[in-house]
Amino acid sequence: MTAFKLNGRAVDVDAAPDTPLLWVIREHLKLTGTKFGCGVAQCGACTVHIDGEATRSCVTWLEDVEGSEVTTIEGLSPDASHPLQKAWIAEQVPQCGYCQSGQIMQAATLLENTPNPTREEIIEHMDGNICRCGTYVRIIAAIQRAAKEV
Amino acid sequence: MTRTTEPVNLRCRAISRRSFLISAGSVGVAVAFGSLPGQAFGAMMASSVDGNYLPNAWVSISPDGTVTIMSPASEMGQGIMTTLPLLIAEEMDANWDDVKIVQAPSDAETFGNPGFYGVQLTGGSESTRGYFTPLRLIGAQTRQVILASCATLLNVPQSELSTEPGKVVHSLSGHSLGFGDIAAKGVLPDILPQVTEADLKTPEQWRYIGRRDIPRIDVPAKVNGSGIYGIDVQLSDMLYGAVLRPPVQGEKPETIDDEAAWAVPGITHIVPLSYGVGIIGETVEATKRAKDLLQVSWTTSSRVRNYTSDQLLEQYRKVGNDLSQAGVEAHAQGDTETAMRNATTVIEVDYMSDLIYHATMEPMNATAQVTGDTVEVWAPTQGPTGTQRFAANVIGTTPDKVKVNTTLLGGGFGRKAEADFIIDAVSLAKESGGRPVKVIWSREDDVRHDKFRPLEAQHIQVGLDADGNITGWRHRIVADSIFARTMPELFKDMGGHDDVVTEGAHFNYAVPAHRIDYIRQDNGLDIGFWFAVGVGYTRFGIECVIDEIAAVKGSDPVELRLELLKDQPRARNVIETVARMADWDRPRDDRALGIAYADAFGSHCAQVAEVSLNRETGEIRVHKVWCAIDTGVAVQPRHLEGMMIVGITNGISQTLFEQINIVDGEVQEGNFDTYRVIRMSDAPEIEVSVVPTPGSPVGGAGQAGLPPVGPAIANAVARLTGGVRLRHYPFLPERVLEALNA
Repeated sequence: MTAFKLNGRAVDVDAAPDTPLLWVIREHLKLTGTKFGCGVAQCGACTVHIDGEATRSCVTWLEDVEGSEVTTIEGLSPDASHPLQKAWIAEQVPQCGYCQSGQIMQAATLLENTPNPTREEIIEHMDGNICRCGTYVRIIAAIQRAAKEV
Repeated sequence: MTRTTEPVNLRCRAISRRSFLISAGSVGVAVAFGSLPGQAFGAMMASSVDGNYLPNAWVSISPDGTVTIMSPASEMGQGIMTTLPLLIAEEMDANWDDVKIVQAPSDAETFGNPGFYGVQLTGGSESTRGYFTPLRLIGAQTRQVILASCATLLNVPQSELSTEPGKVVHSLSGHSLGFGDIAAKGVLPDILPQVTEADLKTPEQWRYIGRRDIPRIDVPAKVNGSGIYGIDVQLSDMLYGAVLRPPVQGEKPETIDDEAAWAVPGITHIVPLSYGVGIIGETVEATKRAKDLLQVSWTTSSRVRNYTSDQLLEQYRKVGNDLSQAGVEAHAQGDTETAMRNATTVIEVDYMSDLIYHATMEPMNATAQVTGDTVEVWAPTQGPTGTQRFAANVIGTTPDKVKVNTTLLGGGFGRKAEADFIIDAVSLAKESGGRPVKVIWSREDDVRHDKFRPLEAQHIQVGLDADGNITGWRHRIVADSIFARTMPELFKDMGGHDDVVTEGAHFNYAVPAHRIDYIRQDNGLDIGFWFAVGVGYTRFGIECVIDEIAAVKGSDPVELRLELLKDQPRARNVIETVARMADWDRPRDDRALGIAYADAFGSHCAQVAEVSLNRETGEIRVHKVWCAIDTGVAVQPRHLEGMMIVGITNGISQTLFEQINIVDGEVQEGNFDTYRVIRMSDAPEIEVSVVPTPGSPVGGAGQAGLPPVGPAIANAVARLTGGVRLRHYPFLPERVLEALNA
């Protein structure tokens, strides 16, 4: 059994220690907002926060998070009220939407550390997250909007 | 009369439709799409509205006033889940805030696209086009039913009643009743009111169509993790499945050593399949691990082993140049032969594109449960109707015994019109003892077992007279066929022509003679529908050649297009608009503009790209793209802008980066580290202008934004470099350097 905190709640998971955290969250704990995209940390769809750091859960093993605090998109805010989530709606960012949980989780750590990022800082921070629909211009606009509101 | 306290349940049924036979292969697609002759169905639907029209299955109203409307198409990011129900809400005068939208079940009879063979298949930019009039008629008829019920309740003539959003008003008495009150107390009329197109609102009366401030219904669930895609389906007692596929398409397992795989805790079944080996287990990680431990030897007889993409493309290019290979005539107008013979100048060029991969962010997946002779499927599918057929084939039942639950799609682009992932899930669920099985593909399998956009070469000849006027245009397209695999009967009926592979070759430029030939190749590799399919590469060739002609003539590329489109006001409007937006005549330091235009999917789209070029590395940078789009009616202009952003960004990706290489039948790429797609640092600024043309039919929006951007980039590079032409997608740096040094 591996114990950690998921969205503020204590969880105890009975799975092999080398199980990717992604599948633990999605299929053992049934929080499916975190997505499987590539399995090799190339696309960012699986991004969660581990002790406040944006991390690719597809290449993080269960044993690595023993005692950690893990936050997923479901736990980013209690009612989708995080400034990024509101900005994502205001800018109508998602198309298919599959990558957007990862985009928002990635963006959230940018605003934590850089409340007023430049366009270049946004791009540098977000470049590991692929959006196949190509909503990049609206993602940038939404991050800029959220930054103004924080 | 029927008295009801339940939600008013309006059922529309059994509109007779010409049935369309779709071939059933062992592995195939739901049904094909493209510019096919299907528009007759809209008219048939409309005429049936005059006749026997029973209460419909599209709308239900609860006593609390909630109006539930069915969404018949697959939501893969194009906003269709908002667009189509909005058409019903518009005509029935629902209050949009009271509308709840639910995904329609698999029932083509009721929910099939009247403009697309009457099936449930989302593709070809056909959804809004096909449903636009029928759904407004359903909305108008629903409104008539509500009015009739209200007239009885208030005991007034129906002619004295009118509607406002969510309520019926009797202005003489000042009374009004909400839709919820009518649903709670009202009675359905004995004879159902009939409506025709004459009963529809005029555009001036629209409350919702054309508004920018109606958000997409699917967006909130996409920012808080609650949206359910196929891969997210969770069922009680569910097992997981994985399928090991061969290294080369078409090979079969010969010997299977599954000892190590069985040793993985949680594995419940190992299932040999005709095309691979299936694993079923209690956890997803167990099935993935066991799949990796399978030792399988494969047959080596597949003809795809002879497939090496770069060699084949060179062969295709030669075929394009060999006029003795006639192929199939796809279009002929005027005498192209004579025009070429008498031309002063003949421009003769080859354009080519490599295989490309869909790369939907949500990999292929599906969940299925088999109970006796029935199947239930949960899947991110573009084609519920085809899914019913293919699932039925797997267990030897009939399509009506298959229920398909269409989830959100994490990207589609034509890939999720295929049925291979459905067949996986049903094949494993058949062996699981009745428990549901969710199959999830790895990204590597998703890459290597895609149905790529065709490898193709085009040979274009244009004859010019002494003044540089076009006298004839010959376009030869050399590629494998999509229809030959997916719709062989249609392919045969069309005499070996493939409408979707050559899609977009037929243009609206005024030329005295025009001939399009399709020279089919058959090298065994499965190819499929990709975002904008043929238009994506045929317009690359055409729009670059227009600029090549402009260069020969000494004309401005915008002016030449306007001249060739003299009688096409909508085309001229998008070109003039985009030129104005981009400030076309203003020179840029170290950068250049290029323009391209496409009339495709019933819409008109023109784009200008501003690019720079690193002459040392060969890297092209797209700084900005301007886009003008005319879809006739713009149902949701803001979301149409969003789709243009999708088309442009994807278009840049396939123009600059995307490439699948096959060597001896084996796909060389496997994940996003080897298959490059556009990232944020490559994405340009984009400015879109929506310029609808009142009174024009609604055009397709989903794919219209992709075709112009590639040729606009190539044309900009030519203008930047004094005429260096890039004629092979993608414009990899080494290809650019080669062209610069040629």
